[in-house]
Amino acid sequence: MINGSSRSYARIFINKFSRDHLAVAGGVIVIVLFIVAIFAPFLAPYDPAMINTKNILAEPSLSHLCGTDDLGRDVFSRMLYGARISLTVGFVAIGIAILIGVIIGASAGYFGGWVDDVLMRFVDLMLTIPTFFLILAVIAFMEPSIYNIMVVIGITGWMSVARLVRAEFLSLKTHEFVAAAKALGVSNIMIIIKHILPNSMSPVLVSATLGIGGAILTESALSFLGIGVQPPTPSWGNMLTLGKDNIEFAWWLSVYPGLAIFITVMGYNLLGEGIRDALDPRIN
Amino acid sequence: MSVYVIKRTLMMVPMMIGITMISFLIIHLAPGDPTEMLTDLNPHSSAESLKKLRELYNLDKPLAFQYFLWVKDIAILDFGTSFSQDARPVIDKISERIPITLLINALSLIIIIVIAIPIGVVSATKQYSLFDKASSIFVFFGFSMPTFWLALLLMILFGVILGWFPISGITSFNHDQLTPFYKLVDYVKHLFMPVLVSALTGLAGLSRFTRQNMLEVILQDYIVTARAKGLSERRVIYKHAMKNALLPVITIMALSLPGLIGGSVIFESIYSIPGMGQLFFQSVMSRDYPVIMGVLVIGSFLTLVANLLADITYAFVDPRITYD
Repeated sequence: MINGSSRSYARIFINKFSRDHLAVAGGVIVIVLFIVAIFAPFLAPYDPAMINTKNILAEPSLSHLCGTDDLGRDVFSRMLYGARISLTVGFVAIGIAILIGVIIGASAGYFGGWVDDVLMRFVDLMLTIPTFFLILAVIAFMEPSIYNIMVVIGITGWMSVARLVRAEFLSLKTHEFVAAAKALGVSNIMIIIKHILPNSMSPVLVSATLGIGGAILTESALSFLGIGVQPPTPSWGNMLTLGKDNIEFAWWLSVYPGLAIFITVMGYNLLGEGIRDALDPRIN
Repeated sequence: MSVYVIKRTLMMVPMMIGITMISFLIIHLAPGDPTEMLTDLNPHSSAESLKKLRELYNLDKPLAFQYFLWVKDIAILDFGTSFSQDARPVIDKISERIPITLLINALSLIIIIVIAIPIGVVSATKQYSLFDKASSIFVFFGFSMPTFWLALLLMILFGVILGWFPISGITSFNHDQLTPFYKLVDYVKHLFMPVLVSALTGLAGLSRFTRQNMLEVILQDYIVTARAKGLSERRVIYKHAMKNALLPVITIMALSLPGLIGGSVIFESIYSIPGMGQLFFQSVMSRDYPVIMGVLVIGSFLTLVANLLADITYAFVDPRITYD
C-alpha cells in the first residue's frame, strides 16, 4: 500500500515535470554540465594550461572555438575545465549551507520556545549583514582558495534553508505520527532525523537547486575580483578578469565564460522552479 | 503608534550588539593569532603594522575584554586608523565614500520601483498573456545574470563599440574646467552604466514579487465584492487590489538592501567608482583590517536603519495592523 502510493506520487511528479518544457531544458543543461565536468580531459581540444606565446589573443576560429587568451591558452578548453570548479563549489557550498540550515531550522521548529527565539533572532541578524561584505571580510582574514570559498559561501548562505525547515517542522510536529513516536519513547533526535526530516525535504530540495545557481554566481564574482579561485586554475570567474583587462581588444574573453556562467545558473534555476511546480499539488 | 516606534528603535540595540559580535568573531576566524597569519600571507606587512594590529584589537588581552574595548571605541565611531600609507582615521575614509554609494543605490532603487512594479502588476492582471510570458523570461534572465558579466557586456557595447559612455570613474579629466551644466552631464554619463547594472539586477526579484502578491490579492473576497458592486475593472485593479498588493513591497525593498549594498563592491570595482564598495574591496586586497571592520559594521548599521524605516513606514500605511 505504502509502496503503491509512493510510486504513484513519484509518477505524478515525473508526469508533471516532463510536461514542463522549461524544467526539462534546465535538467538537460545540468546533465550536460556534469558530463562536461567529468569528461573535460577527453573533450578539451587543448591542454588548458598550455601557453603559446606565438598565438596570443587570437579571435575565435575553427582551431580555437572561443579564441585564445593573453598567454595563448585555448579559451574553450579552459572553459570545459572551469565547469569542474563551478560544479564543485556549487555542490559543496550548498551542502554546507543545507547542513547548517537543517540543524538550526530543525532545532528551532521542533523545540520551539526560547530555542526558537534565540535561533531565529540569529537568522535575522545574519540577514542584516550584507552577505557579500561578510564573505569578503572573512576571506580577508583567511587565504583565498577554492576550499575557503566553498566554506564561506556555505556559512553565509544557510539562513533561507533554516527558515524553510523551521516552517516545515512547526507544522509537521503537530501531526499524529510524531505524537505516536513520542508515546513509543523515541528520542527527540530520532524523531527529528527519522520521522520529521524526511517529510520536510521537498522545499529544501527546491531551495538547494536554486541555491547552487546562487553559489556559482557568488564564486564567479569572487574569482572575477581575484579573491576566489586563484589562477592558473581556470574558473569562469577568473577567466572574465582577463576579459576585463583586455576589454578593448578581445571581446571573446568577456563573452564566452560569462555565457557559460549565465547558462549554468539558468539551468539550475529552471530545474529548481520545475521541481517546485511539480511538487506543488495546487499546480496541475 | 509612538510606543511602537520607540520600541522598534530600541530593538536596534541588541541587533547592533549581535552584529558587532559576529564582526568581532571574524577577526579571530583565522587559525591561531591573526597577526601570525598576517606575516605569512602578506610579506609586505612590517613588524610595525603587526604591533599596530595587536594594539588596535588588544590581542594580548582576554577575548571578552578585547570585545568590550573594541565596542567601547566603535560606539564613539572610533574604528582606529587605516593601515595604508595615509594612516587616516577609518571613519573619515568611510564617511567620504558613503554619499556616492548611497546615491547610486538610491537611483537604482527608484528605477527598480518605477519599472518593476508596473511589470509585476500588468503580468498578474494579464496572467498567461504574451506580456506575462515575456516578463517571466525576463525575470529568469535577471535571476541568472552575473552582475559583473552584465557590467562587462555593457562596457563593451556602450564604451568600446558605441563609445557613448566612459567606462570608468565618476568624472572626466577635464571635469574641473566644465560649466556647471556640463559637469552634471559628465556625472550622468559616468553614472549611467553603474546605475543601470545595479538596477537591472534588482528588477527581476521585485517584479516577480509584485506579480505573486497581486495574484494572491486578486483572489481575496474584497476584490470579489468590489467586482460584484459593479466597479470597473480598472478601479478594482488599480485602486482596491494594487494598494494591498504593494504593502509588502516596502518590506521586500528593505530586505533587498543588503544585496544592493553588497553588490556595490562588484560594480564599484568594475567601473572604478570611489564609493564604499571600492574602498572595501581595496582594503580586503591590502588587508587593511581596521577599514574592513569599519565598513562591515557601518554597512550592516545602514541596513538596520533601512529595515527600521521600512517597518515604521509599514506601520503607518497599513491600518489593519495594530502594534502594542
